[in-house]
Amino acid sequence: MIRTLHRWPGLLALILVMALALSGAALSVFPAAERLSTPQAEAGLTVADLAGRILAAYPGVEQIRRAPSGRITAFWFDDGTPGAAVIDPATGKGIASADPDPVKRWLTNLHRSLFLGDAGRIAMAIGAVAMLILSVSGAMLVARRMGGWRRWFAPLRGPASSRIHTGIARVAVAGLVLSSATALWMAASTFDLLPDGAAPPTFPTEVSGSTGVSLAAMEPLSVIAVTELRELSFPYPGDATDAFTLKTDRGTGYLDQGTGELLAWAELTMWEQISETIYMLHTGQGAASLGLVLGVLALGVPAMGVSGLVLWFAGRRSRPRLRGNHPANGAAMILLVGSEGGSTWGFAATLQHALTTAGQHVHVAPMSGFEPARYPQAERFVILAATWGEGQAPATAKGFIERLAALESVPEAPLAVLGFGDRSFPAFCAFADEVGSRAAAKGWAQLMPFDTVDRQSPQDFARWGRALGAALGIELTLEHVPTPPVTGRLTLISRGDYGAEVQAPTTILRFALPEATFLQRLTGRGFGRFQAGDLLGVLPEGADLPRFYSLASGRRDGFVEIVVRKHPGGLCSGQLLALKPGQTIRAFVRHNPAFHAAAGRSPLILIGAGTGIGPLAGFIRGNSRKRPIHLAFGMRHPDSDFLYRDDLASWQVDGRLARLTTANSRGAKPRHVQDALRAESAELIRLVHEGARIMVCGGRDMASGVAEALTDILAPTGLTPLALKAEGRYAEDIY
Amino acid sequence: MKSILAALALTSALVAPSLAMARPVTLTTTLNTYGGDGAYLVLYVTDAQGAYAGTLWMAGGKSKYYEHLSDWYRATGGDLAQVDGITGASVGAGRSLKITLDLADALFDAGYTLHVDAAVEDMRDSPNDIAVPLTTAGAGKPAPGRRYVASLRYDM
Repeated sequence: MIRTLHRWPGLLALILVMALALSGAALSVFPAAERLSTPQAEAGLTVADLAGRILAAYPGVEQIRRAPSGRITAFWFDDGTPGAAVIDPATGKGIASADPDPVKRWLTNLHRSLFLGDAGRIAMAIGAVAMLILSVSGAMLVARRMGGWRRWFAPLRGPASSRIHTGIARVAVAGLVLSSATALWMAASTFDLLPDGAAPPTFPTEVSGSTGVSLAAMEPLSVIAVTELRELSFPYPGDATDAFTLKTDRGTGYLDQGTGELLAWAELTMWEQISETIYMLHTGQGAASLGLVLGVLALGVPAMGVSGLVLWFAGRRSRPRLRGNHPANGAAMILLVGSEGGSTWGFAATLQHALTTAGQHVHVAPMSGFEPARYPQAERFVILAATWGEGQAPATAKGFIERLAALESVPEAPLAVLGFGDRSFPAFCAFADEVGSRAAAKGWAQLMPFDTVDRQSPQDFARWGRALGAALGIELTLEHVPTPPVTGRLTLISRGDYGAEVQAPTTILRFALPEATFLQRLTGRGFGRFQAGDLLGVLPEGADLPRFYSLASGRRDGFVEIVVRKHPGGLCSGQLLALKPGQTIRAFVRHNPAFHAAAGRSPLILIGAGTGIGPLAGFIRGNSRKRPIHLAFGMRHPDSDFLYRDDLASWQVDGRLARLTTANSRGAKPRHVQDALRAESAELIRLVHEGARIMVCGGRDMASGVAEALTDILAPTGLTPLALKAEGRYAEDIY
Repeated sequence: MKSILAALALTSALVAPSLAMARPVTLTTTLNTYGGDGAYLVLYVTDAQGAYAGTLWMAGGKSKYYEHLSDWYRATGGDLAQVDGITGASVGAGRSLKITLDLADALFDAGYTLHVDAAVEDMRDSPNDIAVPLTTAGAGKPAPGRRYVASLRYDM
């Protein structure tokens, strides 16, 4: 709901909001420039003094105005010609032209009306409404994403466009709320919707009838400081019935030109004061620094617009197009999807198509958008959920468990949960399982028992589909053809072999970088953009399911490199280890931003064993800025499977690698990498105190051993790997 | 060109008892190129004693800015009933405002004066930018204004 509220105003009003933000940012400079270029009146200068100086210089003076910046302008009429100038209060003489700045006038008219008069003002007011809705809904999304308002400034993770979008938003949103809310007030005021009109006092019916009192003898003028002045108008020459008009910060009054007495006075109304304050907050006139800050924050809007657009496209691209998705409020069957890479969406699309063909009204939505009140007609719920990492929620299911837990009562319509996963992982379908058991614990009726689909098996899915059809009383045939990833051909250029002597044949495979089209580079698709830590999906001959390997190189390195160990009976690893230079494989890139060596100067602690060194070596190779990197590497025997041995040595020499610790499980002093870590406790604690980020890559047993060792090592500091993980300072890539 | 029958918002004493005692008058107000946004103009009449008699036309739609037409505002207290039905758009720099009204014969050669107050955003207010006596002899002769108004003429 909030996401919809954020997306549509964003897309529809993008151009309008960008025009508002850019012109507003440009305008924010003017009050500050005016403030800096204006000579300020000396302390204690009274209106009478100032008016006297100006009258001496320009005997025909008609009006003196003071802007909130302190700029004083005088208007006069001499020998039949009108004149005006910006006045130096010290001399009363003109120092600059009083003509309005044409650039500022142009920008102002663009900003408030697109040069289209009242129609343009209404359009821009709609733009301000869109900006306000975007800001408020965006703030709620940030809070949800960060896990609460208190974690507003917690470290960001995720793909670059999402980090940029959220990173700018959480700084700029307060300014944008202020700018758009004040804009709406001003628009309402312009269209006379607020009772904030001026209420000058009624002009006195009786004046003294005499003229010629000296300014200095006028009591009110000689006590009011110039800093309070807004405007002083002189009476018409020769008209004894006229009077001086004085406007100050507090109100408006008339002064007799014969006696100098105050004839009438009216204070500013409360509405006028509110409107003036709002005008100051919006324009920065009278608050130049605030204006500049708001202007800078407004510059975030174009960046958020572009990154938001990229996010929207990426979100659309990663899920298949659903034909005939029924609206939420009329659907009888609600299909909720928790997907990480998008393959579960494919299954959902197949299911939706089959059910719709069978005459069901089906609504498909991401699990993260779960909100029971939106489905008044729901008769059944189905959840299709993948699992991320070790039982965490996949991307489109973030927040689902929390929402479920917060429900006062679960829907009456029964629920079926189907998990998607890979049995070779210990946390097989752990997230889907947790969803199922939590729903059951809440008393949510079961439509079908919990079931799973292993490695995207079409057979598992079809079997479950038949059971679902039986539960619904319809014939349901699910024929799922997984959408094949768009692969490219990679040609092997070199290989380095290790580990044969220790029964762990391992090879470093280096492929030529395929040509990327300009569009691919721009959008980061295909091999257009990748870095160490991303994944290479390899499709072995004779199988449709890709195997994933961590990339040990980035596009900037000019080649594609992975480290592969032969698994007994492994189809893909067997083919890769038999590959000769010149031969090719079918492969594609999958981005894995959670395991990137994020930019920065803080130290990196890299921990890996066996082929897990691949991405770590890639990080070191890419460390041309020489941030301190400490590598702990576990192998079997230094004479056999010391991967990247020569490279590591040369990287140490040129400063890319600060320190290398190795552990070998065979040979003279056998120990594991976690033992090596324990031996360096003091150094590790020092690095963590310096803000180091820890990145672990390797097998499951090694990773849990490392986490255990680090828990012990960090215990005296009060930190844990879990706490570091929450801060984004502990990343794992485990297989 | 705006043509409006009957004598509009002029006070009842000046409204012609019948159309036979009124005549169509075209008022043309031409502005200088003063380098600012569109000007708010108000055309109004005072009697031989200088007392406000009535408003002929208000160019400018937002009443919150009328206080800047300060002589008119002072005379009428900003009473919006004075401009009800005779309000148009503001007038751009260098442009002309041309309106045709049926004015009572009694307004001419009887000491009445036609005034224009003008105001422009971020620039000075210009009350009484021009004031011309309403006489049959003065018809067709443009008179120069003081600041924003380049000339004002009325044709019968």
